[in-house]
Parts: sequence; C-alpha cells; structure tokens
Amino acid sequence: MSAIIDFCGPWWPWVRMLLFLVGTAAFAGLNAAYLVWCERKIAAFVQRRPGPMEVGPQGLLQPIADAAKLLAKQMLTPPAVDTILYRIAPVAMIIPALMCFVVLPYGDALMPTRIDLGLLVVFALSAFNVISLMLAGWSSNNKYAIISSARVVSQNVAYEIPMLLTIVTVILVTGTTDLGTIVGQQGGWFWNWNILRGIWTLANPLVPISFLIFFICMLAETNRAPFDLAEAESELVAGSFTEYSSMGFGLFFMAEYVNIVVGCSLATVIFLGGWQTGLGNLLSFLPDWAAAFVGLGAFFAKLYAMIFVVMWIRWTFPRTQFYGLLNLSWKVLIPVALFTLLLSSILVKLPNLF
Amino acid sequence: MSSSVLLPLAEVTPLPGSTYIIPALFLFFFATTVAGALVAVAAQRIIRGVCGLAVCCLGLAGLYYFLNSPFLALMELLIYVGAVCVTIIFAVMLAEPDEPAPTGSLPRRLCGAAATVVVAGAIFWSLARLGVFGRWPTLALDTRDWSVQKIGVELLTTYSFAFEAISLVLLVAILGALAIARSGRHNA
Repeated sequence: MSAIIDFCGPWWPWVRMLLFLVGTAAFAGLNAAYLVWCERKIAAFVQRRPGPMEVGPQGLLQPIADAAKLLAKQMLTPPAVDTILYRIAPVAMIIPALMCFVVLPYGDALMPTRIDLGLLVVFALSAFNVISLMLAGWSSNNKYAIISSARVVSQNVAYEIPMLLTIVTVILVTGTTDLGTIVGQQGGWFWNWNILRGIWTLANPLVPISFLIFFICMLAETNRAPFDLAEAESELVAGSFTEYSSMGFGLFFMAEYVNIVVGCSLATVIFLGGWQTGLGNLLSFLPDWAAAFVGLGAFFAKLYAMIFVVMWIRWTFPRTQFYGLLNLSWKVLIPVALFTLLLSSILVKLPNLF
Repeated sequence: MSSSVLLPLAEVTPLPGSTYIIPALFLFFFATTVAGALVAVAAQRIIRGVCGLAVCCLGLAGLYYFLNSPFLALMELLIYVGAVCVTIIFAVMLAEPDEPAPTGSLPRRLCGAAATVVVAGAIFWSLARLGVFGRWPTLALDTRDWSVQKIGVELLTTYSFAFEAISLVLLVAILGALAIARSGRHNA
C-alpha cells in the first residue's frame, strides 16, 4: 500500500479519488446484480424450490445474463408519455443513490471523503428518491403508474419523519454527524456499539427501539415488502415502472438494491459499530493491514446480515394495507420516536443540572 | 497510515487546468439556478414547473456551498427538494390532471399579461435596486465559521426570537391541518 502511495507521489490524492470512483461503481453494480441472485435464492428457499439453477453453477451467472438481456432490449418510449421527464426519472433515481457512497465509511482508510456533515449528505441525497419515483409514475401517463406515485409520496413523507426523528435522537447521543467519528466512538467491546451503549451509560436506554424504528422506516423508504405498495405487482402491474423497458427499468431495479445497501450500511455505521469488530483488544496482535481487512469483514458481515433480514421479511410477510401503513407511521412510529427524542434530550441535559 | 492516505486538499498537486474547475463549477451552479427558475415560470404543465423549482433548488444548494455553507446547502436539498417540491407535486396530483385551457378573449388576456409584466418588473427593479444601491445593515456576527455548532448556538441565542416565531407559525399550520383532518373524515 505505502509503496503505491510513494510511487504516485503528489498525484496520490487524484489516483485515490479515481480508485474510489471505480471501486464504488463496481461495488454498487455487483451488489445490485448479485443481491438479485440472493433474493431469488432466498425466495426459492422460503418457497421450497431450487431457484435459478441453469446459468452457471447454482445459477451464479444468471445476473450477468439478465444484465445482458436488459442492455440488449430496445429503449421504448411510449407515444403518450412526457418524454423529457420520462427519460430523466431513472437517471435522477440512480445518481443520488450512487453519490451516497461518497461519505459512507467502510473502514478506517476506506472512506472516499470524510466531512463533518456525512450523515446529512446521505439524507439530503435520499430526498431525490421520492421525487424521481413520482416523476417516473407521473410522466408515464398510465393509471397504475399514477396510483403508484401517489402512494410513494404519502408513504415516503410519512416515514421520513420518524426516520429523521430517530437520527436526531442518535445525533444527541453521538454529538457529531461525521460518520467516521461515529464509528470511532464505538470501538472496544460490542457493548460500546450505539445500539447497546445507551442502555448501560443511561445516555438513552431506548436506542434498540430507535434502531427498530430506523429499520422499519428504511424498509418503507426503499419501498421493500411489506411496504412495497408502490410496485404492488398483484394490483398495479409494476407501479411506476410499468411503462419502462430495457435499462430504464434496469436503473430503477439497480437503484432499489443500491438504496438497500446504502440504508443497511448507514444502519451498520450508526447503530452496529461500523467496521469495529466488537471484540475489544482480543485482536490487537494483528498487524495494521490485517486489522483493516478484519474490520472490513466485520462491516460486511453486519451489512449482509441486515440485507438478509430485509429479504427474509420480504418473502415471509404479506404486504400491508395502505391504511395500515399510514397508521403505523403516524400513530405508532412518530409518537414513539418523539418520546425517545424527548427522553434522550432530558437524559443528555440531566447531568448538567446537578 | 490514514494520515498519508487522507491528504488535505490544500497540499494536493493541482491537476493541469484545475484553476478553471472552480469557476466552471460556480458558473454551472449559477446556470442551473437560472435555468431551473426559467423552467419553473415558463413551463406550461405545472409538474414541469415544480421540476424546474427542484433544479433551481439544486443550483442554489451549489451556490450556498460556494458561500462556505455546506450545512445550508444540504438543508436546501433535504427540505426544498425532499419536502417542499414533493408536497407541491402531491397537491397537484390531488387536483386536476391537466390544466384547463386559458379562458377569456385575446385582448383581455393580453391586458392581463401586460399588468403582470408591469407588476413583476416593478418588483424586480426595486429588489435589484435595493440589492445594488441599498445600505445593508452590518453583519451582527463577523465570522467565517458556519459550522453546525455555530449555527445551532446562534439560533438558540442571538436569533432565538425569530426561531421561535417561525416555529409558532409552523405549529399553527400543523394545528390547522389537524383541525381540518379531524372534522373532514366524519363529514365525508
């Protein structure tokens, strides 16, 4: 590593930027492709069938074949659509999703940029998610798509609120929005992770509930089952994506999985200690480079465990009804999130009073 | 290791032509703001107008970043693109799908257009004049530090009255929405 840095000399920051650019794009693309394969395999396991088996061993080349098929199909623009918005929507969906990786830290040295406002960058970029899905639905000039985009908006507006309230609760405990520092605070044993630390330091004993709220909101924000009313296949064909073909549809599909990866990475960073192994100083005999790899492994273990739970939920929970969805947010999640916020702010200020 | 990996950008060898990158980015954001604003006012269909507004907010966020205020830039995206534009589009979706064709005779519409141009021109001229020649109050705080911490402390000390007044307006709006929603469901 240091040999490469020396070789590049003063050009290293630019080389590093390029490496991160390529690496992020590859990571996002491969994740999108192979999470589809995982999703199919998990679905097959739940439904007691083998899943994709034909292309490659265990169907491992299936995502490549799917990508080739999507790329080779014709980009159809139906005559009645609003052409400009129809073409902009999938691009406006994928770009902010990919940009989130700029601030997500995957290791001590594996963060493209480290800025004070990392957490806010992710939320500011995820704001484009709703507007692009909605534009896709509206510009398609299709009744199913319009119903879908109306659902997307009310769902995302409803779930954005408890999500941001939970995040504010966590920021009160961590005192920073820099994702690198947030992970750094959670070093040592696993009870130092934010999800458990609040309990024994009495900073906020309800952090596990905050984590649950964050997870539910993430499912709703990424339009995953049981909250996938926006693309409810049995009612709305494919919702906002009905009129899209070829990579127009492919980009939406990619963006969905990239958003899941971003959401689960964020949950890992904020609540589960990021790249910290949680094993205290048991691993301190490892040299630096090995520790970095172990950290990356710990991050991916947590990340993919969460993604597995997301898929598991999709194939075992039935889709909720729309009123159930909105009631859950407005009548359960928001009051509970407000209460945890209140409790957290009281507990933060309480020691200063005495 | 991390210190050698993350060099501060000031010590970085500039790429050839990088002195043009920053002005080019500034011009890009400026052009985005103006183009978005033009689309917002000139679009025939209201959804396109809202998209123009979103693009305009995106450009504004970039300009805020150039004013050394990344926090404000991110808030511009989070609130104006993520909440305000979405709410406007949602309201439009609940209304008629297509705008009705303009009514009234041609001379009457032309009179309306002329009156609009006069009023808008007067507002623009007075604002521009105020901006260029007006005497601006001196800054209460002469500082370059616009970190989140600084903004938070200022909002809760120096500007706490304005802050509370704005939250009162929001509270009234929320209460009004609740009052309407509460009686509306039983009547329907």
